Amino acid sequence: MIQHLIVLPVVLPLVAGILLLYQRQGLVHYKRAVSVIATLLLLLVSIALVRQAASGEITYYALGDWQPPFGVVLVLDRLSALMVLLTSLLAVGAVVFACGGDDEKGSNFHGLFQWQLLGINGAFLTGDLFNLFVFFEVLLLASYALLLHGGGKARIQASVHYVVLNLAGSSLFLIAVGILYGATGTLNMADMGYKLASLPAEREGLVTAGALMLLVVFGLKAAILPLYFWLPRAYAAAPAPVAALFAIMTKVGIYAILRVYSLIFGEQAGGLVALEQPWVWWLALATLAAAGVGVMAARDLRLLVAYLVLISVGTLLAGVGMRSVEATSALLYYLIHTTLITGGLFLLAEMIGLQRGKPGTRIVKGRPLVQGNALAITFFIGAIAVVGMPPLSGALGKAMVLVAAEGTQRVWLWPLLLLASLASLIALSRAGSTLFWRSHRGSPSGSPLSRYQWFGMLWLLSAAPLLVAFAGPVSSYTQATGEQLANPQLLIETLLPDAGETP
Amino acid sequence: MEMLYAITTGILTSCGLYLTLRGRTFPVVVGLTLLSYAVNLFLFSMGGLTTDGAALVNEGSQFADPLPQALVLTAIVIGFAMTAFVVILAMRARSEVGNDHVDGKKEDRE
Repeated sequence: MIQHLIVLPVVLPLVAGILLLYQRQGLVHYKRAVSVIATLLLLLVSIALVRQAASGEITYYALGDWQPPFGVVLVLDRLSALMVLLTSLLAVGAVVFACGGDDEKGSNFHGLFQWQLLGINGAFLTGDLFNLFVFFEVLLLASYALLLHGGGKARIQASVHYVVLNLAGSSLFLIAVGILYGATGTLNMADMGYKLASLPAEREGLVTAGALMLLVVFGLKAAILPLYFWLPRAYAAAPAPVAALFAIMTKVGIYAILRVYSLIFGEQAGGLVALEQPWVWWLALATLAAAGVGVMAARDLRLLVAYLVLISVGTLLAGVGMRSVEATSALLYYLIHTTLITGGLFLLAEMIGLQRGKPGTRIVKGRPLVQGNALAITFFIGAIAVVGMPPLSGALGKAMVLVAAEGTQRVWLWPLLLLASLASLIALSRAGSTLFWRSHRGSPSGSPLSRYQWFGMLWLLSAAPLLVAFAGPVSSYTQATGEQLANPQLLIETLLPDAGETP
Repeated sequence: MEMLYAITTGILTSCGLYLTLRGRTFPVVVGLTLLSYAVNLFLFSMGGLTTDGAALVNEGSQFADPLPQALVLTAIVIGFAMTAFVVILAMRARSEVGNDHVDGKKEDRE
């Protein structure tokens, strides 16, 4: 059983999703129970995986016992275990929130939700470039349907852009994979990294083209500057639990950038080492600047949170662009924080919108809220965490990213990141004071919110104090992860025992 | 052979790209379809083109690289499903928004 643990994050949501397809309508309680139990089981499995990976040992699962480089493998190291755990933490909050009524606005919400988890977990675990494409497609197909959940004009408009862009992205992904396969003759990422060491010089151009095309694809998923325009509309239009789960989708792109360029284009890659670095670094800074402007311009709370996601993408990619152990460690800590908190803020925005009735989440004067005080306090806490003010986790995460910058990098990163944070501080305080204080006279109306919604939202936002309380163990884990990523030789030797002997 | 293959792929790609950049959903869908054809052809050629070889390993004689064939099969299946989805999505958008512009605008002229 224990050796099959690695495949469970993929199999469990698949089986749960199939069970949940049983009837299109009805059986609400049964479906909710299955979905929540499956997500909780996933959480337990991913905790076990993190404990297994924390020892520093890299383990892999060869499907059908076809050994790498020929078979398809799932690889578990510290990074993939951490990402799977983060996904399941986020999913628990989102799925419980959905049980508060959002899942009944369309059909098959829970089944699609589980398949989305299947795709995300698979993308984090796979050690094969083509399988990464397949899992990307799985998670995208589920996300197309989830984005449309509940219907409506705005969602369909956002979906058309999102789907068309991602289909074009998939084509590019296939071309890039094809080029890399043609140049190296393998699809296993570890094997590809190993073979790059002995790449004939005339193929370097080909591999560079393939690698940079991959960067475009991952940049589209991660929403880097010239490719982010789909994100604000799609995230603002998506149903709240889906938007919360989408908080991890941009991180899938960032994970893929980290994984591919540290493993395949690591130290052994000769002239091709770190070929993505200048692109990622400068585009990340530009993303930060654009997102800062976007945050200030947003006139809707959900759009505002979507731009906060973009700020976090810029910060994270700047960390990737620095390409040092400290920066990777800092960005992983910040990644945990930002995924959970922005997910929680999407849920909170929906709750505020539900209570306000007609004005919804638009930042305009409205009637007083029934549960205004409780919502205002949680909004305050969430805003402090996401802006990055002490004493919550955002401050620690941003400080770690700032400290990790070296030399001239500081000149660029510090002002941009701090100004973007200032912009989000101003925008959030303006939004908060309009939503909670500048209300019309009159008695509050609207019905109290379901306790599932409160639980889901508080589950995610509680990450902010908890990440500070357990900052020691978390940052030592991310530090160890950064060191493991900086040394891809370990992974290559684990997967390909022959590779170590004949360098 | 290689030349013909490369030219075909190139023409398909450029037509697909041009159509994808159009303003109405129908040309965009056709463009995406052409693009996925081009990608499939491209993937197929990545193991090197073999003429008159066995489709799979045939002892001694020349044989084609089997892996791109498997990749192309997967890509065709995924691409087909995606095309079906995007057609339905375009029709939903047409009925909900009232026109077939990708941005939902009434007029194409600026």
